[in-house]
Amino acid sequence: MPKLHWEDFQPGAVAIYGPRLVTREEIVAFAAEFDPQPMHLDEAAASATMLGGLGASGWHTCCLLMRMIADGFILDSTSMGGPGVNEVRWLKPLRPGTRIRIRATVLDKRASNSRPEMGLVKFLFEVIDEADATLTTLGTTLMFGRRQGGARP
Amino acid sequence: MKYFEQVQVGDIFAVGRHTFTADEIKGFARRFDPQLFHVDETEAARSHFGALCASGWHTAVVWMRLMVDHRRGLAEAARARGEPVAGVGPALGFRELKWRKPVYVGDTIEFRSEVIETRPSKSRPRSGLLTILSTGVNQNGEPVISLVSTTFVERRPVKP
Repeated sequence: MPKLHWEDFQPGAVAIYGPRLVTREEIVAFAAEFDPQPMHLDEAAASATMLGGLGASGWHTCCLLMRMIADGFILDSTSMGGPGVNEVRWLKPLRPGTRIRIRATVLDKRASNSRPEMGLVKFLFEVIDEADATLTTLGTTLMFGRRQGGARP
Repeated sequence: MKYFEQVQVGDIFAVGRHTFTADEIKGFARRFDPQLFHVDETEAARSHFGALCASGWHTAVVWMRLMVDHRRGLAEAARARGEPVAGVGPALGFRELKWRKPVYVGDTIEFRSEVIETRPSKSRPRSGLLTILSTGVNQNGEPVISLVSTTFVERRPVKP
């Protein structure tokens, strides 16, 4: 199968990836390793916080999103990584037992001025639950290789 | 953590440092970001990165872990002095996360965070919102990551 190149991303395109079940065990394991705050580790402690119960670390949600888009399309692309993330909003807690999906919207694309072999694609990724509620939004720009190294005909 | 009222714009936290090994770079990437330049030395050498490098998400969560440990150390020290400890978190999110340079095997990244804005919360009158700029710098003094994040911090209780 030919890889997805920069030329293949069309502004306005929307794709859904997942679902993926997020278990209590993985929420607690991620938090114990990277974000050991009580609201991500323990139900009783979490119920006394603003989260009002156990919820995944927002960073865990971001990492799950990364894995789901990797499996969804990035591993089949000419991905060259990304320079960063414009904005992440943790709108609602990700609770144990939720089946999440990713809604990926291509917002914009442009060629790189300095590197003709590469182009940039701007995405909005949304983590959504079974009821289509948006839990997290992530706006980012990713870099992809161009066909024929960007050579102009 | 200090109460919201005790935190000033310009306060700096020396969050800590971390050295990235090949095993942990690949272990994290296999779970969350299995692009070849994060999991395979040979493929990474052929990529535009030139060598195996950490997922940017890995660098970010290492900062988070060090920040949580740093806050815990401050809280324990305050308790030992008999002082109250303000509640902190959750965060609303972050913005302007920049992966400025790759983090390669053996790099030691030093993280620090600076308070850049404080404001009361409209929706949560018992909390304030603290915005911090966090940066990670490698052993050559080159910035590798920066981000701006906003977190709830408890306000000092009003005496009855």
